[in-house]
Amino acid sequence: MPDTATQIRVQPGEPRIQTDGIKWVMNPYDEFALEEGLRLKERFGGEVVVVALGPTRVEEAIRQGLAMGADRAVHIVTDAATDLDPWTVAQALAQACQAEGYDLIFTGKQAVDDDQAQVGPLVAVALGLPQITVVIQLTVDPEGRRVRAERELEGASEIVEAPMPVVITAQRGLNEPRYPTLPNIMKAKRKEVKAVPFADLGIQSSPLVRVESLTLPPARPAAKILTGDPAETARELARLLHEEAHVI
Amino acid sequence: MARGILVATNQNGGRVRRVAYEMVSLAQTLAPGAVTALTFGAEAEKTAPELGRFGADQVVALNAPPYQQYSSDGFALAVQAVVERLDPEAVFFPATAWGKDLAPRVAGLLKAGLASDCIEVHRREDGRLGAVRPVYAGKAFATVAIESPRALFSIRPNIQAVTTHDRAGALLDVNLDVDASQFQAVVVDVKAQASDKPELTEADIIVSGGRGIKAAENFRVLEDLADALGAALGSSRPVADEGWVPHSYHIGQTGKVVSPTVYFAVGISGAIQHLAGISGSKYIVAINNDPDAPIFKAANYGIVGDLFQVVPALAAEIRRIKQEA
Ligand SMILES: Cc1cc2nc3c(=O)[nH]c(=O)nc-3n(C[C@H](O)[C@H](O)[C@H](O)COP(=O)(O)OP(=O)(O)OC[C@H]3O[C@@H](n4cnc5c(N)ncnc54)[C@H](O)[C@@H]3O)c2cc1C
Repeated sequence: MPDTATQIRVQPGEPRIQTDGIKWVMNPYDEFALEEGLRLKERFGGEVVVVALGPTRVEEAIRQGLAMGADRAVHIVTDAATDLDPWTVAQALAQACQAEGYDLIFTGKQAVDDDQAQVGPLVAVALGLPQITVVIQLTVDPEGRRVRAERELEGASEIVEAPMPVVITAQRGLNEPRYPTLPNIMKAKRKEVKAVPFADLGIQSSPLVRVESLTLPPARPAAKILTGDPAETARELARLLHEEAHVI
Repeated sequence: MARGILVATNQNGGRVRRVAYEMVSLAQTLAPGAVTALTFGAEAEKTAPELGRFGADQVVALNAPPYQQYSSDGFALAVQAVVERLDPEAVFFPATAWGKDLAPRVAGLLKAGLASDCIEVHRREDGRLGAVRPVYAGKAFATVAIESPRALFSIRPNIQAVTTHDRAGALLDVNLDVDASQFQAVVVDVKAQASDKPELTEADIIVSGGRGIKAAENFRVLEDLADALGAALGSSRPVADEGWVPHSYHIGQTGKVVSPTVYFAVGISGAIQHLAGISGSKYIVAINNDPDAPIFKAANYGIVGDLFQVVPALAAEIRRIKQEA
Protein backbone atom coordinates (compact mmCIF):
# COMPACT_ATOMS: atom_id res chain seq x y z
CA MET A 1 0.00 0.00 0.00
CA PRO A 2 1.08 3.62 -0.31
CA ASP A 3 3.68 4.67 2.25
CA THR A 4 1.95 6.48 5.12
CA ALA A 5 3.83 9.67 4.22
CA THR A 6 1.93 9.79 0.91
CA GLN A 7 -0.07 12.88 0.11
CA ILE A 8 -3.26 11.40 -1.32
CA ARG A 9 -4.50 12.81 -4.65
CA VAL A 10 -7.65 11.68 -6.41
CA GLN A 11 -7.73 10.65 -10.06
CA PRO A 12 -10.17 13.21 -11.53
CA GLY A 13 -13.57 11.68 -12.25
CA GLU A 14 -12.58 8.25 -10.92
CA PRO A 15 -13.04 6.55 -7.55
CA ARG A 16 -9.27 5.98 -7.33
CA ILE A 17 -6.15 7.69 -6.11
CA GLN A 18 -3.35 8.86 -8.36
CA THR A 19 -0.58 6.32 -8.07
CA ASP A 20 2.28 7.96 -9.94
CA GLY A 21 5.25 8.65 -7.71
CA ILE A 22 3.86 6.65 -4.81
CA LYS A 23 6.23 4.55 -2.72
CA TRP A 24 4.61 1.20 -1.95
CA VAL A 25 5.24 -0.51 1.37
CA MET A 26 4.05 -3.45 3.42
CA ASN A 27 1.04 -2.59 5.58
CA PRO A 28 2.53 -1.60 8.98
CA TYR A 29 0.11 -3.88 10.87
CA ASP A 30 1.13 -6.81 8.69
CA GLU A 31 4.67 -6.39 10.00
CA PHE A 32 3.41 -7.11 13.53
CA ALA A 33 1.46 -10.08 12.17
CA LEU A 34 4.50 -11.54 10.41
CA GLU A 35 6.83 -10.87 13.35
CA GLU A 36 4.53 -12.80 15.68
CA GLY A 37 4.52 -15.73 13.28
CA LEU A 38 8.32 -15.68 13.09
CA ARG A 39 8.68 -15.63 16.88
CA LEU A 40 6.38 -18.63 17.22
CA LYS A 41 8.37 -20.50 14.60
CA GLU A 42 11.61 -19.72 16.43
CA ARG A 43 10.10 -21.03 19.64
CA PHE A 44 8.13 -24.05 18.49
CA GLY A 45 9.39 -24.82 14.98
CA GLY A 46 7.23 -25.08 11.89
CA GLU A 47 6.97 -22.97 8.83
CA VAL A 48 5.90 -19.39 8.09
CA VAL A 49 4.28 -18.82 4.71
CA VAL A 50 3.51 -15.30 3.46
CA VAL A 51 0.31 -15.01 1.45
CA ALA A 52 -0.18 -11.77 -0.45
CA LEU A 53 -2.57 -10.50 -3.08
CA GLY A 54 -1.91 -7.70 -5.55
CA PRO A 55 -0.06 -6.60 -8.66
CA THR A 56 3.58 -7.32 -9.47
CA ARG A 57 4.82 -4.54 -7.17
CA VAL A 58 3.62 -6.58 -4.15
CA GLU A 59 6.69 -8.77 -4.69
CA GLU A 60 8.73 -6.14 -2.93
CA ALA A 61 6.68 -6.53 0.24
CA ILE A 62 6.84 -10.31 -0.16
CA ARG A 63 10.67 -10.17 -0.40
CA GLN A 64 10.71 -8.03 2.72
CA GLY A 65 8.67 -10.71 4.49
CA LEU A 66 11.03 -13.42 3.29
CA ALA A 67 14.01 -11.33 4.36
CA MET A 68 12.48 -10.96 7.82
CA GLY A 69 12.50 -14.76 7.99
CA ALA A 70 9.43 -16.25 6.33
CA ASP A 71 10.16 -19.57 4.60
CA ARG A 72 8.24 -19.09 1.37
CA ALA A 73 5.38 -17.16 -0.15
CA VAL A 74 2.27 -17.37 -2.26
CA HIS A 75 1.50 -14.38 -4.45
CA ILE A 76 -2.05 -14.13 -5.79
CA VAL A 77 -1.47 -11.93 -8.79
CA THR A 78 -4.04 -9.39 -9.95
CA ASP A 79 -3.79 -5.91 -11.37
CA ALA A 80 -7.26 -5.07 -10.14
CA ALA A 81 -6.45 -5.35 -6.42
CA THR A 82 -7.60 -1.83 -5.57
CA ASP A 83 -11.00 -2.55 -7.10
CA LEU A 84 -11.52 -5.78 -5.15
CA ASP A 85 -13.61 -5.51 -2.02
CA PRO A 86 -12.72 -7.15 1.32
CA TRP A 87 -15.02 -10.11 0.65
CA THR A 88 -13.33 -11.02 -2.62
CA VAL A 89 -9.82 -10.57 -1.22
CA ALA A 90 -10.71 -12.74 1.76
CA GLN A 91 -12.06 -15.55 -0.45
CA ALA A 92 -8.81 -15.56 -2.43
CA LEU A 93 -6.59 -15.52 0.67
CA ALA A 94 -8.69 -18.23 2.31
CA GLN A 95 -8.23 -20.45 -0.74
CA ALA A 96 -4.47 -20.01 -0.58
CA CYS A 97 -4.45 -20.75 3.17
CA GLN A 98 -6.52 -23.85 2.54
CA ALA A 99 -4.04 -25.03 -0.07
CA GLU A 100 -1.00 -24.41 2.17
CA GLY A 101 -2.39 -25.66 5.47
CA TYR A 102 -2.19 -23.75 8.78
CA ASP A 103 -2.18 -23.86 12.56
CA LEU A 104 -2.52 -20.12 12.96
CA ILE A 105 -3.34 -17.34 10.50
CA PHE A 106 -2.10 -13.83 11.20
CA THR A 107 -3.21 -10.61 9.49
CA GLY A 108 -2.83 -6.95 10.35
CA LYS A 109 -5.77 -5.49 12.27
CA GLN A 110 -6.52 -3.36 9.23
CA ALA A 111 -4.92 -2.08 6.07
CA VAL A 112 -3.92 1.55 6.31
CA ASP A 113 -5.26 2.32 2.84
CA ASP A 114 -8.94 1.39 2.81
CA ASP A 115 -9.12 0.98 6.60
CA GLN A 116 -11.95 -1.56 6.33
CA ALA A 117 -10.60 -3.95 9.00
CA GLN A 118 -12.55 -6.84 7.49
CA VAL A 119 -10.21 -9.25 5.74
CA GLY A 120 -9.02 -11.14 8.85
CA PRO A 121 -12.53 -11.94 10.15
CA LEU A 122 -13.77 -12.69 6.61
CA VAL A 123 -10.95 -15.20 6.09
CA ALA A 124 -11.89 -16.74 9.45
CA VAL A 125 -15.53 -17.13 8.40
CA ALA A 126 -14.55 -18.50 4.99
CA LEU A 127 -12.45 -21.20 6.67
CA GLY A 128 -14.89 -21.80 9.55
CA LEU A 129 -12.34 -20.61 12.12
CA PRO A 130 -12.69 -18.43 15.21
CA GLN A 131 -11.01 -15.03 15.28
CA ILE A 132 -9.36 -12.72 17.79
CA THR A 133 -8.85 -9.19 16.48
CA VAL A 134 -6.70 -6.21 17.52
CA VAL A 135 -4.41 -8.42 19.56
CA ILE A 136 -1.68 -6.82 21.70
CA GLN A 137 -0.47 -9.97 23.45
CA LEU A 138 -0.58 -13.62 22.51
CA THR A 139 0.22 -16.89 24.27
CA VAL A 140 0.13 -20.10 22.27
CA ASP A 141 -0.15 -23.56 23.76
CA PRO A 142 0.81 -25.86 20.87
CA GLU A 143 0.16 -29.08 22.83
CA GLY A 144 -3.26 -28.04 24.09
CA ARG A 145 -3.92 -26.44 20.69
CA ARG A 146 -5.28 -23.30 22.34
CA VAL A 147 -4.39 -19.61 22.36
CA ARG A 148 -4.93 -16.90 24.91
CA ALA A 149 -4.85 -13.34 23.63
CA GLU A 150 -5.25 -9.85 24.97
CA ARG A 151 -7.15 -7.52 22.67
CA GLU A 152 -7.46 -3.79 22.94
CA LEU A 153 -10.77 -2.17 23.86
CA GLU A 154 -11.66 1.46 24.52
CA GLY A 155 -9.72 2.33 27.68
CA ALA A 156 -9.51 -1.35 28.63
CA SER A 157 -8.51 -4.72 27.24
CA GLU A 158 -10.02 -8.18 27.30
CA ILE A 159 -8.56 -11.66 27.46
CA VAL A 160 -9.92 -14.10 24.90
CA GLU A 161 -9.30 -17.83 24.68
CA ALA A 162 -9.84 -19.87 21.56
CA PRO A 163 -8.99 -23.26 20.09
CA MET A 164 -6.51 -23.53 17.21
CA PRO A 165 -6.57 -22.98 14.34
CA VAL A 166 -7.62 -19.37 14.82
CA VAL A 167 -7.22 -16.11 12.90
CA ILE A 168 -5.36 -13.42 14.84
CA THR A 169 -5.30 -9.78 13.70
CA ALA A 170 -2.30 -7.85 14.99
CA GLN A 171 -2.26 -4.45 16.65
CA ARG A 172 0.74 -2.22 17.39
CA GLY A 173 2.17 -3.25 20.75
CA LEU A 174 2.04 -6.99 19.99
CA ASN A 175 5.78 -6.98 19.28
CA GLU A 176 8.60 -4.95 17.75
CA PRO A 177 9.10 -6.13 14.14
CA ARG A 178 12.69 -6.92 13.20
CA TYR A 179 14.57 -5.29 10.34
CA PRO A 180 15.83 -7.62 7.64
CA THR A 181 19.62 -7.99 7.78
CA LEU A 182 21.72 -7.86 4.63
CA PRO A 183 22.54 -11.61 4.60
CA ASN A 184 18.85 -12.37 5.07
CA ILE A 185 17.92 -10.03 2.24
CA MET A 186 20.32 -11.97 0.01
CA LYS A 187 18.93 -15.30 1.22
CA ALA A 188 15.38 -14.11 0.58
CA LYS A 189 16.15 -13.76 -3.12
CA ARG A 190 16.43 -17.53 -3.38
CA LYS A 191 13.26 -18.39 -1.47
CA GLU A 192 10.24 -19.75 -3.28
CA VAL A 193 7.43 -17.39 -4.32
CA LYS A 194 4.55 -19.27 -5.89
CA ALA A 195 2.60 -17.05 -8.28
CA VAL A 196 -1.10 -17.86 -8.59
CA PRO A 197 -3.13 -15.82 -11.09
CA PHE A 198 -6.26 -14.51 -9.35
CA ALA A 199 -8.29 -15.52 -12.40
CA ASP A 200 -7.36 -19.18 -11.79
CA LEU A 201 -9.10 -19.21 -8.41
CA GLY A 202 -12.56 -19.07 -9.95
CA ILE A 203 -13.79 -16.35 -7.60
CA GLN A 204 -16.42 -14.07 -9.09
CA SER A 205 -15.21 -10.59 -8.39
CA SER A 206 -18.37 -8.50 -8.47
CA PRO A 207 -17.96 -6.45 -5.30
CA LEU A 208 -20.38 -6.36 -2.35
CA VAL A 209 -19.02 -2.93 -1.49
CA ARG A 210 -18.39 -0.58 -4.39
CA VAL A 211 -16.55 2.74 -4.11
CA GLU A 212 -18.47 5.28 -6.18
CA SER A 213 -16.36 8.34 -5.59
CA LEU A 214 -13.37 9.60 -3.66
CA THR A 215 -13.08 13.15 -2.37
CA LEU A 216 -10.49 15.05 -0.38
CA PRO A 217 -11.43 16.63 2.94
CA PRO A 218 -12.46 20.29 2.68
CA ALA A 219 -9.64 22.72 3.44
CA ARG A 220 -9.83 24.40 6.84
CA PRO A 221 -10.37 28.17 6.86
CA ALA A 222 -7.18 30.16 7.46
CA ALA A 223 -6.00 29.74 11.02
CA LYS A 224 -5.87 32.46 13.66
CA ILE A 225 -2.31 32.25 14.92
CA LEU A 226 -1.43 34.19 18.06
CA THR A 227 2.09 35.29 18.94
CA GLY A 228 3.56 37.18 21.84
CA ASP A 229 3.30 37.01 25.61
CA PRO A 230 2.28 33.50 26.77
CA ALA A 231 -0.28 34.68 29.32
CA GLU A 232 -1.87 37.13 26.89
CA THR A 233 -2.02 34.69 23.98
CA ALA A 234 -3.49 32.05 26.31
CA ARG A 235 -6.17 34.49 27.44
CA GLU A 236 -7.00 35.42 23.85
CA LEU A 237 -7.16 31.77 22.76
CA ALA A 238 -9.52 30.93 25.64
CA ARG A 239 -11.69 33.89 24.66
CA LEU A 240 -11.83 32.81 21.00
CA LEU A 241 -12.73 29.23 21.93
CA HIS A 242 -15.42 30.52 24.27
CA GLU A 243 -16.93 33.42 22.31
CA GLU A 244 -16.17 32.64 18.68
CA ALA A 245 -16.09 28.84 18.40
CA HIS A 246 -18.45 28.30 21.39
CA VAL A 247 -16.68 25.12 22.37
CA ILE A 248 -15.86 25.80 26.01
CA MET B 1 -39.02 -7.31 1.12
CA ALA B 2 -36.34 -6.51 3.68
CA ARG B 3 -37.40 -3.56 5.78
CA GLY B 4 -36.14 -1.56 8.75
CA ILE B 5 -32.78 -1.24 10.43
CA LEU B 6 -31.33 -3.51 13.10
CA VAL B 7 -28.89 -1.75 15.44
CA ALA B 8 -26.51 -4.10 17.28
CA THR B 9 -24.98 -2.74 20.47
CA ASN B 10 -23.16 -4.01 23.52
CA GLN B 11 -24.16 -2.97 27.01
CA ASN B 12 -22.96 -3.31 30.53
CA GLY B 13 -25.36 -3.56 33.46
CA GLY B 14 -28.17 -1.97 31.46
CA ARG B 15 -26.03 0.89 30.19
CA VAL B 16 -24.89 1.48 26.62
CA ARG B 17 -22.27 3.78 25.13
CA ARG B 18 -23.42 7.04 23.65
CA VAL B 19 -22.75 5.72 20.15
CA ALA B 20 -25.72 3.37 20.64
CA TYR B 21 -28.05 6.36 20.99
CA GLU B 22 -26.35 8.02 18.02
CA MET B 23 -26.98 4.89 15.95
CA VAL B 24 -30.66 4.49 16.83
CA SER B 25 -31.21 8.21 16.20
CA LEU B 26 -29.60 7.90 12.78
CA ALA B 27 -31.54 4.72 12.02
CA GLN B 28 -34.80 6.43 12.96
CA THR B 29 -34.21 9.19 10.38
CA LEU B 30 -33.48 6.59 7.67
CA ALA B 31 -36.18 4.03 8.51
CA PRO B 32 -38.85 5.81 10.57
CA GLY B 33 -40.85 3.46 12.76
CA ALA B 34 -38.80 0.41 11.82
CA VAL B 35 -35.75 0.48 14.10
CA THR B 36 -34.89 -2.54 16.23
CA ALA B 37 -32.03 -2.44 18.71
CA LEU B 38 -30.27 -5.68 19.59
CA THR B 39 -28.46 -5.90 22.92
CA PHE B 40 -26.58 -8.69 24.66
CA GLY B 41 -25.81 -9.82 28.16
CA ALA B 42 -27.13 -9.70 31.72
CA GLU B 43 -29.65 -6.86 32.23
CA ALA B 44 -29.78 -6.16 28.49
CA GLU B 45 -33.54 -5.59 28.87
CA LYS B 46 -32.82 -2.54 31.03
CA THR B 47 -31.52 -0.68 27.99
CA ALA B 48 -34.97 -0.63 26.37
CA PRO B 49 -36.41 2.63 27.79
CA GLU B 50 -33.36 4.72 26.90
CA LEU B 51 -32.78 3.12 23.51
CA GLY B 52 -36.48 3.71 22.83
CA ARG B 53 -36.25 7.34 23.84
CA PHE B 54 -33.47 7.92 21.28
CA GLY B 55 -35.09 6.09 18.40
CA ALA B 56 -35.47 2.32 18.85
CA ASP B 57 -39.01 1.13 18.12
CA GLN B 58 -38.29 -2.31 19.46
CA VAL B 59 -35.51 -3.82 21.53
CA VAL B 60 -34.33 -7.41 21.41
CA ALA B 61 -32.49 -8.22 24.65
CA LEU B 62 -30.43 -11.41 24.47
CA ASN B 63 -29.86 -11.71 28.21
CA ALA B 64 -29.56 -15.50 28.50
CA PRO B 65 -26.34 -16.96 29.97
CA PRO B 66 -24.62 -17.67 26.61
CA TYR B 67 -24.62 -13.94 25.89
CA GLN B 68 -23.08 -12.83 29.16
CA GLN B 69 -19.50 -13.29 27.92
CA TYR B 70 -18.66 -11.89 24.52
CA SER B 71 -17.73 -14.35 21.79
CA SER B 72 -17.15 -12.98 18.29
CA ASP B 73 -18.21 -16.17 16.54
CA GLY B 74 -21.05 -16.86 18.98
CA PHE B 75 -22.53 -13.37 18.87
CA ALA B 76 -22.19 -13.33 15.09
CA LEU B 77 -24.35 -16.45 14.90
CA ALA B 78 -26.90 -14.74 17.13
CA VAL B 79 -26.97 -11.61 14.96
CA GLN B 80 -27.35 -13.79 11.90
CA ALA B 81 -30.30 -15.59 13.49
CA VAL B 82 -31.99 -12.30 14.46
CA VAL B 83 -31.41 -10.92 10.96
CA GLU B 84 -32.99 -14.01 9.43
CA ARG B 85 -35.99 -13.59 11.74
CA LEU B 86 -36.55 -9.84 11.32
CA ASP B 87 -35.30 -9.43 7.73
CA PRO B 88 -33.98 -5.84 8.08
CA GLU B 89 -32.64 -3.99 5.05
CA ALA B 90 -29.59 -2.92 7.04
CA VAL B 91 -27.65 -3.66 10.22
CA PHE B 92 -25.69 -1.02 12.13
CA PHE B 93 -22.78 -1.76 14.43
CA PRO B 94 -20.75 0.72 16.45
CA ALA B 95 -17.27 1.29 14.98
CA THR B 96 -15.75 0.40 18.34
CA ALA B 97 -13.50 -2.49 19.38
CA TRP B 98 -16.65 -4.56 19.92
CA GLY B 99 -18.46 -3.59 16.73
CA LYS B 100 -15.40 -3.77 14.49
CA ASP B 101 -14.77 -7.30 15.73
CA LEU B 102 -18.34 -8.46 15.28
CA ALA B 103 -19.49 -6.68 12.09
CA PRO B 104 -17.13 -8.34 9.57
CA ARG B 105 -17.89 -11.73 11.14
CA VAL B 106 -21.61 -11.13 10.55
CA ALA B 107 -20.87 -9.84 7.04
CA GLY B 108 -19.09 -13.12 6.31
CA LEU B 109 -22.00 -15.22 7.57
CA LEU B 110 -24.60 -13.21 5.65
CA LYS B 111 -22.41 -12.63 2.61
CA ALA B 112 -23.44 -9.01 2.89
CA GLY B 113 -21.45 -5.90 2.03
CA LEU B 114 -20.10 -4.01 5.03
CA ALA B 115 -18.88 -0.42 5.05
CA SER B 116 -16.63 0.13 8.09
CA ASP B 117 -16.31 3.21 10.25
CA CYS B 118 -18.88 5.32 8.38
CA ILE B 119 -19.19 9.02 9.07
CA GLU B 120 -22.45 9.26 7.15
CA VAL B 121 -25.21 6.89 6.07
CA HIS B 122 -27.72 8.23 3.60
CA ARG B 123 -30.71 7.18 1.51
CA ARG B 124 -29.66 7.13 -2.15
CA GLU B 125 -31.76 8.15 -5.13
CA ASP B 126 -32.38 4.49 -5.94
CA GLY B 127 -33.91 4.09 -2.47
CA ARG B 128 -31.05 2.05 -1.04
CA LEU B 129 -28.64 3.00 1.69
CA GLY B 130 -25.18 4.33 0.94
CA ALA B 131 -22.39 5.66 3.12
CA VAL B 132 -19.39 7.93 3.33
CA ARG B 133 -16.29 6.61 5.05
CA PRO B 134 -12.76 7.86 5.55
CA VAL B 135 -9.95 6.07 3.75
CA TYR B 136 -6.20 6.54 4.25
CA ALA B 137 -7.18 7.42 7.84
CA GLY B 138 -9.08 10.48 6.69
CA LYS B 139 -6.76 11.77 3.97
CA ALA B 140 -9.71 11.08 1.64
CA PHE B 141 -13.37 10.12 1.85
CA ALA B 142 -15.07 7.35 -0.11
CA THR B 143 -18.74 7.30 -1.01
CA VAL B 144 -19.72 3.64 -1.14
CA ALA B 145 -22.67 1.64 -2.41
CA ILE B 146 -23.54 -1.79 -1.03
CA GLU B 147 -24.37 -4.27 -3.77
CA SER B 148 -25.75 -7.09 -1.62
CA PRO B 149 -29.48 -7.20 -0.80
CA ARG B 150 -28.67 -6.46 2.83
CA ALA B 151 -26.31 -3.65 3.83
CA LEU B 152 -24.07 -3.59 6.90
CA PHE B 153 -22.50 -0.45 8.34
CA SER B 154 -20.30 0.24 11.31
CA ILE B 155 -20.84 3.79 12.52
CA ARG B 156 -18.10 5.97 13.93
CA PRO B 157 -18.88 7.48 17.34
CA ASN B 158 -19.40 11.24 17.58
CA ILE B 159 -20.70 11.82 14.04
CA GLN B 160 -24.42 11.95 14.71
CA ALA B 161 -26.46 14.07 17.11
CA VAL B 162 -28.91 12.15 19.29
CA THR B 163 -32.59 13.00 18.95
CA THR B 164 -35.34 12.05 21.35
CA HIS B 165 -38.61 10.41 20.41
CA ASP B 166 -41.76 9.69 22.39
CA ARG B 167 -41.59 5.97 22.35
CA ALA B 168 -40.91 3.32 24.90
CA GLY B 169 -38.81 0.82 22.98
CA ALA B 170 -41.02 -2.26 23.24
CA LEU B 171 -39.19 -5.42 24.20
CA LEU B 172 -39.44 -8.03 21.49
CA ASP B 173 -38.93 -11.65 22.43
CA VAL B 174 -36.89 -13.62 19.94
CA ASN B 175 -36.08 -17.22 20.67
CA LEU B 176 -32.85 -18.21 19.02
CA ASP B 177 -31.72 -21.62 18.11
CA VAL B 178 -28.06 -20.91 18.88
CA ASP B 179 -25.97 -23.52 20.64
CA ALA B 180 -23.63 -21.84 23.11
CA SER B 181 -21.42 -24.89 23.38
CA GLN B 182 -20.30 -24.09 19.83
CA PHE B 183 -18.87 -20.68 20.81
CA GLN B 184 -15.13 -20.84 20.18
CA ALA B 185 -13.35 -17.56 20.92
CA VAL B 186 -14.69 -16.51 24.30
CA VAL B 187 -13.80 -13.58 26.55
CA VAL B 188 -12.54 -14.85 29.91
CA ASP B 189 -11.53 -11.60 31.54
CA VAL B 190 -11.70 -7.82 31.11
CA LYS B 191 -8.92 -5.56 32.35
CA ALA B 192 -10.20 -2.06 32.86
CA GLN B 193 -7.60 0.68 32.87
CA ALA B 194 -8.26 2.98 35.78
CA SER B 195 -9.05 6.33 34.24
CA ASP B 196 -11.53 9.05 34.97
CA LYS B 197 -10.91 10.52 31.50
CA PRO B 198 -13.30 10.05 28.58
CA GLU B 199 -12.30 7.52 25.90
CA LEU B 200 -10.35 9.00 22.96
CA THR B 201 -12.62 7.98 20.09
CA GLU B 202 -15.71 9.22 21.94
CA ALA B 203 -14.19 12.33 23.49
CA ASP B 204 -15.60 15.76 22.75
CA ILE B 205 -12.27 17.44 23.52
CA ILE B 206 -8.79 15.91 23.27
CA VAL B 207 -5.52 17.30 24.60
CA SER B 208 -2.67 15.61 22.80
CA GLY B 209 1.06 15.85 23.43
CA GLY B 210 4.03 15.42 21.11
CA ARG B 211 7.76 15.14 21.45
CA GLY B 212 7.81 18.83 22.43
CA ILE B 213 6.72 17.64 25.87
CA LYS B 214 10.30 16.26 26.26
CA ALA B 215 9.80 13.82 29.17
CA ALA B 216 7.18 11.50 30.60
CA GLU B 217 6.76 13.49 33.79
CA ASN B 218 5.98 16.65 31.83
CA PHE B 219 2.73 15.07 30.67
CA ARG B 220 1.30 16.40 33.95
CA VAL B 221 1.12 19.82 32.33
CA LEU B 222 -1.25 18.40 29.73
CA GLU B 223 -3.21 16.41 32.28
CA ASP B 224 -3.98 19.60 34.10
CA LEU B 225 -5.28 21.25 30.91
CA ALA B 226 -7.31 18.11 30.15
CA ASP B 227 -8.81 18.24 33.64
CA ALA B 228 -9.75 21.89 33.19
CA LEU B 229 -11.47 21.03 29.89
CA GLY B 230 -12.93 17.64 30.83
CA ALA B 231 -10.88 16.31 27.94
CA ALA B 232 -9.32 12.99 27.02
CA LEU B 233 -5.54 12.66 26.61
CA GLY B 234 -3.77 11.57 23.46
CA SER B 235 -0.31 11.69 21.93
CA SER B 236 1.75 11.51 18.76
CA ARG B 237 3.37 8.18 17.96
CA PRO B 238 6.93 8.87 19.16
CA VAL B 239 5.59 9.81 22.59
CA ALA B 240 3.88 6.43 22.88
CA ASP B 241 6.89 4.64 21.38
CA GLU B 242 9.11 6.26 24.02
CA GLY B 243 6.80 4.79 26.64
CA TRP B 244 5.93 8.21 28.06
CA VAL B 245 2.26 7.27 27.70
CA PRO B 246 0.43 3.98 26.96
CA HIS B 247 0.12 2.81 23.34
CA SER B 248 -3.60 3.45 23.56
CA TYR B 249 -2.85 7.21 23.47
CA HIS B 250 -1.24 7.06 20.01
CA ILE B 251 -3.25 9.05 17.45
CA GLY B 252 -2.74 9.03 13.70
CA GLN B 253 -2.78 6.89 10.61
CA THR B 254 -1.28 3.95 12.49
CA GLY B 255 -2.99 4.71 15.78
CA LYS B 256 -6.41 5.95 16.78
CA VAL B 257 -8.42 8.04 14.36
CA VAL B 258 -10.36 10.63 16.31
CA SER B 259 -13.12 13.11 15.58
CA PRO B 260 -13.59 15.40 18.59
CA THR B 261 -15.07 18.88 18.55
CA VAL B 262 -11.74 20.34 19.64
CA TYR B 263 -8.29 18.79 19.27
CA PHE B 264 -5.39 20.47 21.10
CA ALA B 265 -2.06 19.53 19.46
CA VAL B 266 0.62 20.52 21.96
CA GLY B 267 4.28 20.19 20.98
CA ILE B 268 3.25 18.18 17.92
CA SER B 269 4.89 19.08 14.61
CA GLY B 270 2.00 17.92 12.40
CA ALA B 271 3.48 15.04 10.37
CA ILE B 272 1.18 13.77 7.65
CA GLN B 273 0.55 10.49 9.52
CA HIS B 274 -0.55 12.41 12.58
CA LEU B 275 -2.74 14.84 10.63
CA ALA B 276 -4.52 11.92 8.97
CA GLY B 277 -5.81 10.74 12.33
CA ILE B 278 -7.18 14.11 13.40
CA SER B 279 -8.68 15.44 10.16
CA GLY B 280 -12.18 14.67 11.43
CA SER B 281 -11.80 17.18 14.28
CA LYS B 282 -14.12 20.18 14.09
CA TYR B 283 -11.50 22.56 15.50
CA ILE B 284 -7.76 22.00 15.73
CA VAL B 285 -5.77 24.14 18.15
CA ALA B 286 -1.97 24.10 17.84
CA ILE B 287 0.53 25.13 20.49
CA ASN B 288 4.10 25.03 19.25
CA ASN B 289 7.20 27.20 19.58
CA ASP B 290 8.14 26.79 15.93
CA PRO B 291 6.10 29.21 13.79
CA ASP B 292 6.87 27.08 10.72
CA ALA B 293 5.58 23.82 12.19
CA PRO B 294 3.20 22.18 9.66
CA ILE B 295 0.58 21.75 12.38
CA PHE B 296 -0.27 25.46 12.05
CA LYS B 297 -1.37 24.85 8.44
CA ALA B 298 -3.89 22.29 9.65
CA ALA B 299 -5.11 24.34 12.62
CA ASN B 300 -8.04 26.68 13.17
CA TYR B 301 -6.34 28.41 16.10
CA GLY B 302 -2.77 28.45 17.22
CA ILE B 303 -0.30 29.94 19.66
CA VAL B 304 3.35 30.27 18.79
CA GLY B 305 5.05 29.86 22.13
CA ASP B 306 6.63 27.64 24.75
CA LEU B 307 4.10 25.04 25.80
CA PHE B 308 5.44 25.01 29.36
CA GLN B 309 4.37 28.64 29.70
CA VAL B 310 1.29 28.67 27.46
CA VAL B 311 -0.48 25.51 28.65
CA PRO B 312 -0.65 26.35 32.39
CA ALA B 313 -1.86 29.86 31.53
CA LEU B 314 -4.50 28.39 29.22
CA ALA B 315 -5.67 25.91 31.86
CA ALA B 316 -6.05 28.72 34.40
CA GLU B 317 -7.93 30.88 31.89
CA ILE B 318 -10.32 28.05 31.02
CA ARG B 319 -11.02 27.36 34.68
CA ARG B 320 -11.79 31.06 35.13
CA ILE B 321 -14.21 31.12 32.18
CA LYS B 322 -15.96 27.96 33.38
CA GLN B 323 -16.29 29.37 36.87
CA GLU B 324 -17.90 32.52 35.55
CA ALA B 325 -20.31 30.61 33.31
C1 LIG C 1 4.92 4.18 8.84
C2 LIG C 1 4.81 5.36 9.75
C3 LIG C 1 3.62 5.54 10.44
C4 LIG C 1 3.48 6.62 11.31
N1 LIG C 1 2.31 6.77 11.97
C5 LIG C 1 2.18 7.81 12.83
C6 LIG C 1 0.95 8.00 13.54
O1 LIG C 1 -0.01 7.24 13.41
N2 LIG C 1 0.87 9.04 14.40
C7 LIG C 1 1.91 9.91 14.59
O2 LIG C 1 1.76 10.85 15.40
N3 LIG C 1 3.06 9.75 13.94
C8 LIG C 1 3.22 8.72 13.08
N4 LIG C 1 4.41 8.56 12.44
C9 LIG C 1 5.55 9.43 12.81
C10 LIG C 1 5.49 10.78 12.14
O3 LIG C 1 6.08 10.70 10.86
C11 LIG C 1 6.24 11.84 12.98
O4 LIG C 1 7.56 11.40 13.18
C12 LIG C 1 5.61 12.08 14.35
O5 LIG C 1 4.23 12.34 14.22
C13 LIG C 1 6.27 13.26 15.02
O6 LIG C 1 5.82 13.36 16.34
P1 LIG C 1 5.86 14.74 17.12
O7 LIG C 1 5.10 15.75 16.38
O8 LIG C 1 5.45 14.45 18.51
O9 LIG C 1 7.42 15.03 17.19
P2 LIG C 1 8.31 16.09 16.38
O10 LIG C 1 8.09 15.99 14.94
O11 LIG C 1 9.67 15.94 16.92
O12 LIG C 1 7.70 17.47 16.84
C14 LIG C 1 7.85 18.03 18.11
C15 LIG C 1 7.29 19.43 18.03
O13 LIG C 1 7.32 20.02 19.31
C16 LIG C 1 7.68 21.38 19.18
N5 LIG C 1 8.25 21.81 20.45
C17 LIG C 1 9.45 21.45 20.99
N6 LIG C 1 9.60 22.06 22.19
C18 LIG C 1 8.50 22.81 22.41
C19 LIG C 1 8.07 23.66 23.47
N7 LIG C 1 8.82 23.87 24.57
N8 LIG C 1 6.88 24.30 23.34
C20 LIG C 1 6.12 24.12 22.22
N9 LIG C 1 6.46 23.30 21.20
C21 LIG C 1 7.64 22.65 21.30
C22 LIG C 1 8.65 21.41 18.02
O14 LIG C 1 8.66 22.69 17.41
C23 LIG C 1 8.08 20.35 17.09
O15 LIG C 1 7.18 20.91 16.15
C24 LIG C 1 4.56 7.52 11.52
C25 LIG C 1 5.74 7.34 10.81
C26 LIG C 1 5.87 6.29 9.92
C27 LIG C 1 7.15 6.14 9.17
